[in-house]
Amino acid sequence: MSETIKTDCLIIGAGPVGLFAVFELGILGLDSHVVDNLDKIGGQCAELYPDKPIYDIPALPECTGLSLIENLQKQIKPFNTPFHLNERIDEIINTGDLWKLKTTGNKVFETPNIFIAGGVGSFEPRKPPIENVSKYENKGIQYSIPDKNFYKDKKIIIFGGGDSALDWTVELSKIASHVTLVHRRDEFKAANHTVNLMKQLVKEGQVDLITKNQISDVKGSDRVEKAIIKDNEGNEKIIDCDEILIFYGLKMELGPINDWSLNLNEKQIEVNTENFETNLSGVFAMGDISYYPGKLKLILSGFHEAALAAQKAFIRARPDETLTFRYTTSSSDIQKKLGVK
Amino acid sequence: MYLIPLSNAFLNILKKISMAKIKYIEFSGTEHEIDVSSGLTVMEGAIKNKIPGIDADCGGACACATCHVYVAKEWIEKLPPKEDSEEDMLDFAFDVKDNSRLSCQITVSDELDGLVVNMPEKQF
Repeated sequence: MSETIKTDCLIIGAGPVGLFAVFELGILGLDSHVVDNLDKIGGQCAELYPDKPIYDIPALPECTGLSLIENLQKQIKPFNTPFHLNERIDEIINTGDLWKLKTTGNKVFETPNIFIAGGVGSFEPRKPPIENVSKYENKGIQYSIPDKNFYKDKKIIIFGGGDSALDWTVELSKIASHVTLVHRRDEFKAANHTVNLMKQLVKEGQVDLITKNQISDVKGSDRVEKAIIKDNEGNEKIIDCDEILIFYGLKMELGPINDWSLNLNEKQIEVNTENFETNLSGVFAMGDISYYPGKLKLILSGFHEAALAAQKAFIRARPDETLTFRYTTSSSDIQKKLGVK
Repeated sequence: MYLIPLSNAFLNILKKISMAKIKYIEFSGTEHEIDVSSGLTVMEGAIKNKIPGIDADCGGACACATCHVYVAKEWIEKLPPKEDSEEDMLDFAFDVKDNSRLSCQITVSDELDGLVVNMPEKQF
């Protein structure tokens, strides 16, 4: 196990609210680390709607999900905050005034403050709600590819019509014994170039393409051996295979946070509106994941929540110091932290 | 003199209270008949009335496909057609059929009075 990382605040979620929390903590002189399950910074803004316009960020008449994230990254640059992407918090243990957290990447954090800014939860692959599909997960059914060489000389079925499905169809056709791509319609939501490559491979007989069909069931013994697909009229067809890859995009799940003994309201975490602390002291929730009477799931509400939570986080991280409220316009101390003076 | 402004005001009031009855049927068969105000989406009508079976994780941005419904056959033609973004997003729904729609993309109006939608087993 790696060395314990001590920090003033561990932020879960690298979306807009997590990023602005870095800023609010930073100007109070608190350092932070950010953990996110995705492979990139930006949360929903970057994953779900990078190009969609946003019109309700104060003083920004129009921006996109992506440009908002880029600007927030610029704003927190002075704090050199470490990001731990592709990692999720696996374990959380209370040790008196401090929290100990372990990530799926085996990193251990010790901190007086946890900010949960996890949006609607962490992004997980969408898994068809079919009993046998769950049964054969990791026994021939995968939702991602950690090592493509595993698929050498295998008979593979790929489900999906997006970039992942298409990229891997093209890539794996080079090493697999056979690739079948199954998609529900004739159109693909993937880069044109890749779609054309795939169609070329179909022409050359290297890839079988079956459209207007969806997964219906799978069969096997110890491992998966067959996929059953059905067309729009419900007619079924059986395809033999060694491996199945399913690329139906990502879905947000609250996940392990469910087991942290936090008070929940449906899929949100209950907080007070003074400092957005949860029922566990030192654990705060902000942004879409937090709930209080009157809550609005707006980015601007999350910014406000982060600012207030940071005040309480200061008291917990620096119990012997007094916090004086200062403005960024006039405080030379803050300006020094921001590197503008 | 006051006739025109008055009638406009009156129309606005009518618009505000204009409702359509929408029947949401859960996968289990449980039916919910709800008055949904014109202008809301079918998804919003479900969320507001806490009807189980529609998740709407992204809040209506046509970005998550967790508000998937099956529209009763006789209603398919009466709904405005799907935009490309909705069709693309349906790739991420489970067990998509010809009558599949994303309920965040269906705006309620008087014409939709009596609309029936069935929820899938799971928003996946």
